[in-house]
Amino acid sequence: MASSIRVRATASGETTEVQALIQHPMDSGFIKDAKGEIIPAHFIQQLTFEYDGKNVFTADWGGGVSKDPYVKFAFKGGKKGDELKVSWVDNKGATDTTTAKIQ
Amino acid sequence: MTDVGFSATRRLILQGAGAVALVGLGNLPFGLTPALAANDKYPEAAFKAKSEADAIKALYGKTAEPSDKVKMDAPEIAENGAVVPISVTTTLADVTSISFLVSENPVALVASYKIPAGTLPNVANRIKMARTSNVIVVVEAGGKLYSANKEVKVTVGGCGG
Repeated sequence: MASSIRVRATASGETTEVQALIQHPMDSGFIKDAKGEIIPAHFIQQLTFEYDGKNVFTADWGGGVSKDPYVKFAFKGGKKGDELKVSWVDNKGATDTTTAKIQ
Repeated sequence: MTDVGFSATRRLILQGAGAVALVGLGNLPFGLTPALAANDKYPEAAFKAKSEADAIKALYGKTAEPSDKVKMDAPEIAENGAVVPISVTTTLADVTSISFLVSENPVALVASYKIPAGTLPNVANRIKMARTSNVIVVVEAGGKLYSANKEVKVTVGGCGG
């Protein structure tokens, strides 16, 4: 089954650059639908990245992050072939997680 | 919907099945957060603050001073307010947190990133802007707060307008 998370992690010298794109509506709870009813808030609240058992980045998000959210960051360390674990939890308690190999 | 297993379910139950049931009401601007663990705290109060000053205070407990060492990359004009790419980098040392706020959004705080030691103080993301507004970036470095801001013009608002 496909994960909602697409990650590309690339090691270059001492640094690993990470880009993540996640499928998620990121509804803020402020927009109305065609019937004039508020579309309930439904967005990822926390996204975490773990390398070698340690957290390397945490995103705390609100409904103001764009739909199908994208984030890019970089950390020192990380070797080609090592794994990076990415997980998120949203305001409804849903979660997803994936593991990507550093290229 | 995927579920990663025991711990997520346990948290849901422990933090109150009643709270989870309320999420489905749909007339609350923000759902409740029953599923999050207490240790890597999600800054819920900051995401409820209306003004950027209140959000920064809720997040960090201090105020930021403008710094030219915080470099923001944001478009002059955002054609689509629903997807505005903003990135920041800084030469400040010992960065522990980077946050993005939009003054004219219904909720000023858009995103806050925790930067552990060894992670570079650069972040790129895409945010919603309701209308032309000041975008503010706050960097926590060495226990102090620094900021930069830029006005981004929005032609089509990001809240369905």
